[in-house]
Amino acid sequence: MASINDDKPRVILNEFKTTQNIPSVLDQTFHIKTFKKNLRVVIVRLDNLELEFDLIGIHPFIANTFRRLMLSDVPSMAIEKVHIYNNTSIIQDEVLAHRLGLIPLKADPRLFNFKVADSGENDQDNLEFELKIKCTRIKDENKDSSRIDDIYKNHSVYSKHIKWIPNGNQAETFKEEDVGPVHDDILIAKLRPGHELDLKLIAVKSIGRDHAKFSPVATAFYRLLPDIKLTREVEGEAAERLQKCFSPGVIGLRHLKDGRTVAVVNNSRYDSTSRNVYRYDDLKDAVIMTKIQDHFIFSVESVGSMAPDVIFTEAVKMLKEKCMSLLDELEQS
Amino acid sequence: MSDPSTKDSATTKTPMVYICGECHSENEIRPRDPIRCRECGYRIMYKKRTKRLIVFDAR
Repeated sequence: MASINDDKPRVILNEFKTTQNIPSVLDQTFHIKTFKKNLRVVIVRLDNLELEFDLIGIHPFIANTFRRLMLSDVPSMAIEKVHIYNNTSIIQDEVLAHRLGLIPLKADPRLFNFKVADSGENDQDNLEFELKIKCTRIKDENKDSSRIDDIYKNHSVYSKHIKWIPNGNQAETFKEEDVGPVHDDILIAKLRPGHELDLKLIAVKSIGRDHAKFSPVATAFYRLLPDIKLTREVEGEAAERLQKCFSPGVIGLRHLKDGRTVAVVNNSRYDSTSRNVYRYDDLKDAVIMTKIQDHFIFSVESVGSMAPDVIFTEAVKMLKEKCMSLLDELEQS
Repeated sequence: MSDPSTKDSATTKTPMVYICGECHSENEIRPRDPIRCRECGYRIMYKKRTKRLIVFDAR
């Protein structure tokens, strides 16, 4: 037990319960000085769509606030109104409208305003798209072919068929590839000869609290950093069994010079913290599973309109704004 | 509704287009015409969809 009595606040995962090595971080009072001293941010992985980073030395309520802000308060653009001029396909109007609403758009929400009821005609708060497509039978060519592409033209409607119509001077400020659907291969409907779609789509800016389609993230979640320690040597068959109790890559097998194989902890970061190891009576005493209580591993997956790091900084800005407005309210009253 | 006579004459002059229930071809049928598809002889006809604009919330 000596190995877990360092200064890090830990949750210890026992077989049937969880305990803590020092009083919970939740019980500590918040001091800005110690918070500033202890806070660390480590970016682990960042690409166009995914971000993984560590927030160390932060209270769970702040971490959760960021998560919730990213999910339901950072705005994004999505199709909100569908004007149906013609729809003779087998997919019903309301189902088609719902499907169109869920298509992620590339448009940067920071360049738009929220729609207000009496704004009238305005190129600052909406985007207009058009979807006009008609399915026809392809004659003569490849008569014997039974391939669907040889028989029908436009038998599948994809998001690439959605055409942007610039309003006002939107044509000067935006380019078609910057506002349209993120993916061009989203299947919207299937058509047969004679079926026709003629739609006008209006996209607006809103937040995830209003509807999930406005959420800028596919997922945004955090988990505590797991830490696994072996208290004694585990060798041979037991070592292999121990390896299978954890996620792949967590436990490694080391072949010693004297021919024995022993288990070592390679990387406990990506463990799922299942407590499978407690199924084996002979392995129970060999491991201590803990989680660091103030080490949050954030994972942010963008849907494509904003980079994941931008989404997080937007959430931070939003928390700051909310705090400022609360302080203003308090001062005024 | 203010002038029913003009509306009535308009419907008698312009033929209505119906869709055959069997071969899906479009048929122009005037009042008192036999209800029968010109292509396949089928006797069940369907009206076309309204041309009026319908707006849906994408929710």
